[in-house]
Formats: sequence, structure tokens, C-alpha cells
Amino acid sequence: MSATTIRVRPRRARGTGLGLLAWLLGVLFFLPIAWMALTSFHSESDAATNPPSFGAALTLDGYRDFFGTGGGASPWPALLNSTVASVVSTLCVLLLAFPAAYALSIRPVKKWTDVLFFFLSTKMLPVVAGLLPIYLFAKNTGMLDNIWLLVILYTSMNLPIAVWMMQSFLAEVPVAVIEAAQIDGAKLPTILARVVAPIALPGIAATALICFIFSWNELLFARVLTGVVAETAPVFLTGFITSQGLFLAKVCAASLVISLPVLAAGFAAQDKLVQGLSLGAVK
Amino acid sequence: MTATTTAPVAATPVRTLGKPSDRLRAWATRAPLLPALIFMVAVTQLPFVATLVISFFDWNALYPKARHFTGLSNYSDVLTDPDLRHSVWTTILLTAAVVVASLVIGLGLALLLDRKFRGRGIVRTLLIAPFLVVPVAAALLWKHVLYNPEYGLLNGLLHYVGGPQPDWISNTPLLAVEASLVWQWTPFMMLILLAGLQSRDHQQVEAARVDGASDWQVFRHLTLPHLRRYLELGALLGSIYIVQNFDAVFTLTSGGLGTANLPYTVYQSFYQAHENGLASAAGVLVVIGSIIIATFALRVVSSLFREEVSRA
Repeated sequence: MSATTIRVRPRRARGTGLGLLAWLLGVLFFLPIAWMALTSFHSESDAATNPPSFGAALTLDGYRDFFGTGGGASPWPALLNSTVASVVSTLCVLLLAFPAAYALSIRPVKKWTDVLFFFLSTKMLPVVAGLLPIYLFAKNTGMLDNIWLLVILYTSMNLPIAVWMMQSFLAEVPVAVIEAAQIDGAKLPTILARVVAPIALPGIAATALICFIFSWNELLFARVLTGVVAETAPVFLTGFITSQGLFLAKVCAASLVISLPVLAAGFAAQDKLVQGLSLGAVK
Repeated sequence: MTATTTAPVAATPVRTLGKPSDRLRAWATRAPLLPALIFMVAVTQLPFVATLVISFFDWNALYPKARHFTGLSNYSDVLTDPDLRHSVWTTILLTAAVVVASLVIGLGLALLLDRKFRGRGIVRTLLIAPFLVVPVAAALLWKHVLYNPEYGLLNGLLHYVGGPQPDWISNTPLLAVEASLVWQWTPFMMLILLAGLQSRDHQQVEAARVDGASDWQVFRHLTLPHLRRYLELGALLGSIYIVQNFDAVFTLTSGGLGTANLPYTVYQSFYQAHENGLASAAGVLVVIGSIIIATFALRVVSSLFREEVSRA
């Protein structure tokens, strides 16, 4: 009896130690975000001090400043543009990817793996590969500074990921269920909407959230192709690259507000995040 | 394991498409696929072909009339220009450093999170958070809030211990960019490796433990071989994303102090210098680099994928 307790104790102590280490590292990784959040609630004079003022009085001035009540440029048009670009492109992605995934999983075409890998290979083509012709095309057709151009580009950016993710989710739908619906005389669109979609819904939701995140984050296309009218939230943030006077609380407030949708979507999709980011290779 | 590449895929039996009704049926099967396929070809492949064509022209957008065919001279310019050659080197260095560092730290974190302890879910959430900050916002956070020599948090904390007060971005510009990217990409690696760890055969590990294997032996001979492909996958996917990085370089240093990587250089050479031909040649070079990485990446993904399909 006493022999076992002696054997167990060091192991448990080490387990606690490793647990503490994990906590320590977790807090360390989160520290910059926590500090950013705290700074966003400080006044500008308390935000930029050395040594840092941890216990300074809290205020909403940074947020007031960011939302333009202090006279600066309002972020609302940029936030609205980002919302349109991300939400509409995600809807387009789902509309295109869902039937494609069906033709690659439930009722596969010949050589469906080749098609799947074609989609993947387009994801590996860097953005700069087509940036200039897209810019020239937009310039000549008057599509520069137009949010709908970004919708099209973001759709193409996320479509391969969505096809891969949905393919793996639809492959999990039991064939027997679909066959039963076919015997009952249901047509393809009905089967997709009434039988397949409800079963694959959690997967589709995760796909949508990941596409939303990538579109919301995108900078290079937006920076090159938009200007005053169609400016997105990340482009708005690039206005803070050069520091002018005291603006730290405002930068923190802006960064936090603009990251909030991504943080929310990311935590909502947490369980399927790996599958999406690894293009369905890891479950 | 990786040797099982004989495709146990395509469940569709081979049939001859002679009769019109058969051909019609084949098209009906393909129909749902076509919109996505056509869209992808139009939006991603055509512009690249255009880039390829432009790369053979001497074309400055400010002098459109002087545009003429120059063959491969843009490529020789790109490869001999010291700035551009430097940006090729910077791209390799940046990508390799960030991928290796975030993989190693990610592996450590994944091993810690693979164990049961109190609050594991919370720690996991804390660790994922850096990946879920908008990249520009993350770069701004590092630039102004952490690195600033006068009021940044890093120097603020150093102040307490009486340490030096370095100007992080000016002193070590590339390292500063790399550190901010490692912070953002470590969670990504951790998630992939954690998924790998959790797909391990636990009975095998227990059997080894019963046979008296130490923790290190289990890690070295069971865990690491199993994780190999997940490490490869993390490294390759990470490379594909980080090779393309624009946000961090643009925000932290604006490509200055020798941190301009190829995507930034391409952006700069046509957006600011209006050198369309040169920019396209540099863009084609980025694509060639990506294809080399991507060939390996596709092989890893397809081996994981085949295994998944054959298991099902």
C-alpha cells in the first residue's frame, strides 16, 4: 500500500508541474492581447508610459475616438464594406461549393480526386501571381474601388478550402439515406436541400465561419484594389501604421473592435478549425 | 505507411460512354461541379496566364507607349538586381525561421495540452487567440504596443528589472517581424499537432508503458514517428501561407530595413514604381517557388487523404 503511494506521488507532482507550465505559457501567449484590451480602456496619457501604468483609471475615450466622435474619420463605412465583402463572398462560396462537394463525394464524377486536387492547387498559387492583371482589368473596366470586385476575389480565394471541407463533411452522410429519398422520387435539388444539408449542417457552418475569417482578414487585394469608397477594415487599420502623437489607446480600441468578429467566429468554429485550415487533411 | 499510394478511390465502375443516354448521365453527374470549376479557372488561372505574358514585356505604366517585347530580360533583371535578390533571400529566411520556430513551440504546447489538467479547455482557448487577431491588427499591436522603444510593453517590463531599452524594430528588423509571425502561427501548428497526438493509438502507448518504456522512449519511438506527417503538413501549409505574407512586412517595417520579401517587392514594383513587366517576372518567380513547396505539400496531403479514404 505504502509502496504504491510512494510510486504515484512524484508522477502526480510532475503532472501538476506540467499543468502549471501549460497555464503559464497560455497566459504568456495571451498577454499581448490582454494588454491591448487594458490599454484600449486607458486614457492616451496613461497608455503611453514607461514603466507601464497597470492600474490607471479606465475610460472609454479610446473607443469614442475610434468611432469618430472626436472628429476623425469614421470607421463605419470600412466596417460595413468588410461585412458586405465577407458575408456575401461567404454565401457565394457556399452556393458554389455545396453542389461541387456533392459531385465529389456522394455521387462522384470520374477522377474526382484529380478535381479535388486541382482545387487545392489553386490555393497554392500566391495572390501576387495574378494581382497585376486583376488590377489592370479593374482599372480598365472601372471596377477599381468597388466592393463587388473584392466579393468575387474573396469567393475565389475561399472556394478551394470550402470544397475540400464540404467534401469531407458530405462524405460522412450515409448513402442509405440518400438512396431512400431517391426511391421516394425526390429530385436532386430537393435531396440536397432536404436530406443532405441538414445532416451536414454543423460542417457547413464551420466552413462558412472559416471563409468569413479569411475574407475579413484579407489585406493585399483590398489595399491594391480599393480606395476611399470600398475601403475595408484592415485597410482602415493601415492608417495607424505611422504614429502621430498620442494614439495608443485608439489603436488598441480599433484593433480590438476589428478583431472581435474574427475572435467570435474562430471560437465558434474551434472544433472544426483544424480541419478547415489543413484543407480537410486532418480531422 | 506512406507507401500505400495505390489509389483505393473512385467507387465508380469503369463503363464505356457509348450511348447518348450514358453521355447525358455523365454530364448530369458533372453538372453540379461545373460552376465552381469554371469560376476558379476564370478568376485564378486566367490572371496568372496574363502575368506570364506581361512578364515578357518591358512595360512601365507611366510610359505605356514604350511597351515592347523583351523576352527573358525582366527575369535576368530580377535575378541580377541586388534589391530583388535580397528580397528572395529575405523570403526564404523569413519563411524558414517562422515555420521552424512555430513548429517547435507548437509541438511543445501540443504535448502539454495532450495531458489532462485542470482548465485545459481555457488554456487551449488562450493559446488559439493570437491566431484569431486580424493580421494587420496583430502587426500594429507588436509595432506600437510591444516594440515601441519609448512606451512599448517590452521595454516597460525591462525597465522593472533595470534592463536595456533597445529599439527593437530598428536593431533587429527581420527578427521583429519573425517574432510577431511566430506568435500568430504557433497556435496553428499546435492545433494540427494536437490533432495528430489525439489520433494516436493509445493502446499501443499503454502497451509500451507496461513493457517499461520511459516517457522519452515513448515519445522518440512511438509519438514522433506518428507525428511525422503532421509535422510535414504543418511545415508545408505554414510555408505556403507565410511565403505569401504581406501584412506583417507592410505594417511593421513597410518593407524597409532589409525586410522586403517577394510579395512586398511585387506590390511595390507595380503599385509604386509602376514597373509592370518586372513585377510580373518577380510574381512568376514567387509562383515557381510556391510550386516547389506545393508539390511536396500535395504529396503529404494526398497520402493523408488516401489513408482516410481507404479507412472509410
